[in-house]
Amino acid sequence: MTGVVLADELGPRARRRVRIASVAAGVVLLALVAVALARLESKDQLEWEKWEPFTQWGVWRFLLQGLRQTLQVAAAAMVLALSVGMLLALGRLARNGPVRWVTGAFVEFFRGVPLLLLIFFTYIGLPRYGVNISGFWRIVLALFVYNAAVLAEIFRAGILSLDRGQSEAASAIGLPYWGAMRLVILPQAIRRMVPALVSQVITLLKDTSLAYIVSFQELLRHGKLNGEFFRNPLQSYFVVALMFIAINFTLSRLARRLETRQRRRYSAGAMAVSGVEDLAVVQAQGDSPTK
Amino acid sequence: MARTVTLTLLAWVLASAIGLTVAAFRVSPVPPLRVAGATYVETVRNTPLTVLMVFFFFGLPKVGLLYSAYVTAVVVLGGYTGAFVAETVRAGINSVGKGQAEAARSLGLTFPQVLRIVILPQALRTVVAPLGNLFIALTKNSSVAAAISVLELSETADRLNNETARAIPVFLGAAFFYLVLTIPSGWAVGWLERKVAIKR
Repeated sequence: MTGVVLADELGPRARRRVRIASVAAGVVLLALVAVALARLESKDQLEWEKWEPFTQWGVWRFLLQGLRQTLQVAAAAMVLALSVGMLLALGRLARNGPVRWVTGAFVEFFRGVPLLLLIFFTYIGLPRYGVNISGFWRIVLALFVYNAAVLAEIFRAGILSLDRGQSEAASAIGLPYWGAMRLVILPQAIRRMVPALVSQVITLLKDTSLAYIVSFQELLRHGKLNGEFFRNPLQSYFVVALMFIAINFTLSRLARRLETRQRRRYSAGAMAVSGVEDLAVVQAQGDSPTK
Repeated sequence: MARTVTLTLLAWVLASAIGLTVAAFRVSPVPPLRVAGATYVETVRNTPLTVLMVFFFFGLPKVGLLYSAYVTAVVVLGGYTGAFVAETVRAGINSVGKGQAEAARSLGLTFPQVLRIVILPQALRTVVAPLGNLFIALTKNSSVAAAISVLELSETADRLNNETARAIPVFLGAAFFYLVLTIPSGWAVGWLERKVAIKR
């Protein structure tokens, strides 16, 4: 915990004060929870009848089908975005002017536009122009293009974070540009980027729920249908939210573990922004905390 | 487009308030506040914005709280972004040298005073760039209000497309408006950063 930074060893008086404040804060927080529960109770939202559907296997199977769609979309988009994002990053760092310019415009455009707009376009717009691909791939297309642009920036930052001496040394031993990239620069850069990449996976997973808005059958849509069927929307959305939290919490734990391990291994740190602790992660997530 | 702008600005005000409060909770010496802050951040950050949006939009009326879709959108966007702001501010607080807090304490300042007078002014200046990125992300996220049919830029584009059946010009136009909002914001953040930021 970070309390250490601002308050060191407390004296007896301060300790007493903290204890009193703890009790007061605890009481207030519990009171808030109690008020919320009382509110739910008074509106009959806590009745067993509303939660009962979640003891049926059929309900879970339905929700898990939605989850499978969500995960499949996310996985397909991520795999595509990783490879194309890498190409875009290399393009932006290329020595060839037009290549740099074109990839730069691509990245800036798709990073600056809301993902939802892209989904509207691919899901609703494309079929109007006679593009016949399934709904699944139209969603994947939007997520993939958007994430490719975001990942391109992560890759680029990772490559640029390497010391210049690395590429200089590589060319000094006679490696051509691509050889140096492949053998020297990328292996190191990618290792540094792993935590940022995992956070991006979380963001992508959360972003798939946008497909709900265009009525694509993913987890949230299944939650909504379930809520309409059993007339327990509050409870259904709650369960869906818990499913997302369970997955994403595990992933973000993983990201943090990877990052601390990395920081221990290389004093330089995982793409750390000059000494500002966990700012790199915040930035990676902050860049695109869409949903 | 005006709706997108007001939605974004209102949500940003709310997000800043929530973010500062929660960040202060997370570094306070009082354990229950730390736990509450951490729970809030972890829960909100790991839930998709769309889920939060529909949860509150369809859920609140069930407990007798009726608000317009617009107000719900502001509250959800503000609460969601607030969790990210809290994490960013906390990172900033952690980056302020320990000596600053020690010196302030030895002057006899209490914890809230230490935080307000000494730590936060320095912390905020360190995190100008990430906060700016959050603002830009919020601009784009305001599009999710379309999920509960608030007529902002994206929803308007979608309806226009349904009426005119001309997807490319409509969506390109909407994209252009977003870029008009986000790209100058990016420049403004860069300018602000050069002006006030402390390099560490």
